[in-house]
Amino acid sequence: MTIRTEPMTVNVGPQHPSTHGVFRVRITFDGEDIVEVEPVLGYLHRGTEKLAEERNYVQVVTLTDRLDYTSSMINNQAYCLAVEQLLGIEAPPRGKYLRTLTAELQRIASHLIAVGFFVQELGAFGTPLMYTFRSRERILDLFEMLCGARITVSYMRPGGVFSDTPPDFWPALDQFLADFEGELEEIENLLLSNEILMVRTRGVSPLPRDVAINCSVSGPVLRASGVNWDWRKIAPYDAYDQVDFDVPLGSNGDNYDRFWVRMQEVRQSLRIVRQCIAQIEPGPVRLELPMVLRAEPGAEAYGRVEASKGELGFYLVSDGGVSPYRCKIRSPSLINLTITEHLLLGWKLADMIVSLGSVDINMGEVDR
Amino acid sequence: MTLVALSGETLARRLQEAAPDAVIEWNDSSVWVRPEAMGDVASFLHNDAELDFTYLNAVSAIDFVEYFELVYHLTSMAKGHTGVIRSRVYGREEPTAASVVKVWRGADFQEREIWDLMGVRFTGHPNMKRIMLWEGFEGHPLRKDFL
Repeated sequence: MTIRTEPMTVNVGPQHPSTHGVFRVRITFDGEDIVEVEPVLGYLHRGTEKLAEERNYVQVVTLTDRLDYTSSMINNQAYCLAVEQLLGIEAPPRGKYLRTLTAELQRIASHLIAVGFFVQELGAFGTPLMYTFRSRERILDLFEMLCGARITVSYMRPGGVFSDTPPDFWPALDQFLADFEGELEEIENLLLSNEILMVRTRGVSPLPRDVAINCSVSGPVLRASGVNWDWRKIAPYDAYDQVDFDVPLGSNGDNYDRFWVRMQEVRQSLRIVRQCIAQIEPGPVRLELPMVLRAEPGAEAYGRVEASKGELGFYLVSDGGVSPYRCKIRSPSLINLTITEHLLLGWKLADMIVSLGSVDINMGEVDR
Repeated sequence: MTLVALSGETLARRLQEAAPDAVIEWNDSSVWVRPEAMGDVASFLHNDAELDFTYLNAVSAIDFVEYFELVYHLTSMAKGHTGVIRSRVYGREEPTAASVVKVWRGADFQEREIWDLMGVRFTGHPNMKRIMLWEGFEGHPLRKDFL
């Protein structure tokens, strides 16, 4: 007896709790197997690049907070580095260390979200996510001490950071590091060799290294496929040439490797934070610059950093005015989505959300 | 590994061997090529053993009113160098350039975004539709004359 079957198209998102924001993807299933994938973007498009053309160089910092809102510090950093390159200036050493330190704290916070939601999507509802959010909260508290904001920090400025640390910041940071050691161990013990997690993620949706490179993938997703490429090592900026850290690499590029690389990167970020604390010296945190900056007409700069999601680049072009003539944002989340089809095609419905979660996208950055 | 930025001259000399008609001019940091030749230029940049530009960092478009400039930031991970290729696209009605998606899949969403927001079309792109805005939206908001 033959059973008549027909493909079914399911609309995932844009209002769906597991799509990390307003990501929408149309998927055609044959039974449980995925046969067609079409990402649909733009639900959070706010025209950030156009808005940047109407604000002066310092004001644009506030727009960058709202790109990947889980790693605002790193967005600030990428933009400020681009402006500094455009103007041919450099932040003072203490400013560089404060940027490196806050960027690494932000990376830990962002990876904790990525890992927490990844495990939540595997069905571990609540507990692991609360573990990771407990630690992330503490990092946001530290940011609040620095600049009064937890998410939309705008802490950095072209030429340094907005202000020096308040005196009670350093003891609070030490206390966080002491507490987080145990908390991270708890998370690692719970997840890293968890049998259910391994069975569900090992070998699922592998991404070969040549596909990753051809699709311009970057960040932990690229490194999970075994490509040793980290902009902090390749083209060190701020204080990254002063600190020692390893670049964790995956081997299969499967969902487990993408998760594993992020877990290891949290450890490396902690190493960097500790070295920053040991090396930082008193001094000015910001160059004295006019309130309104102007670059040479025709000058341009491509500033990039290793953000928590991958290569975040700001391509600025100046016409001599007080605002950028063009501010193109090279968004790692958008470009990492190029592999959606590769990751999902041929796999089962049950693995779909997990594979999407393993890429760790942020819609604020995808749609901009 | 330290990253070396290849000069426009180095890039232009290498390109001229393979596609003599494609190169227009160069300066210290970049080389300008004809937009309709961009597909062939891309294959050469990608496959040439010496240049080895297997990784496309970003495709950007700038509206200089007189023309649109496309900027390709490239990296060779194996050789440890970077390069910048540019292309001027004239006309405001239907400016067109050759797509590089067949060479670098990573250009897929970026070329669609340039069409959507800047209004430059890419021939040879398998899915040349708007990406951020909806089909039926009038105009291209990142253009300087869009108010």
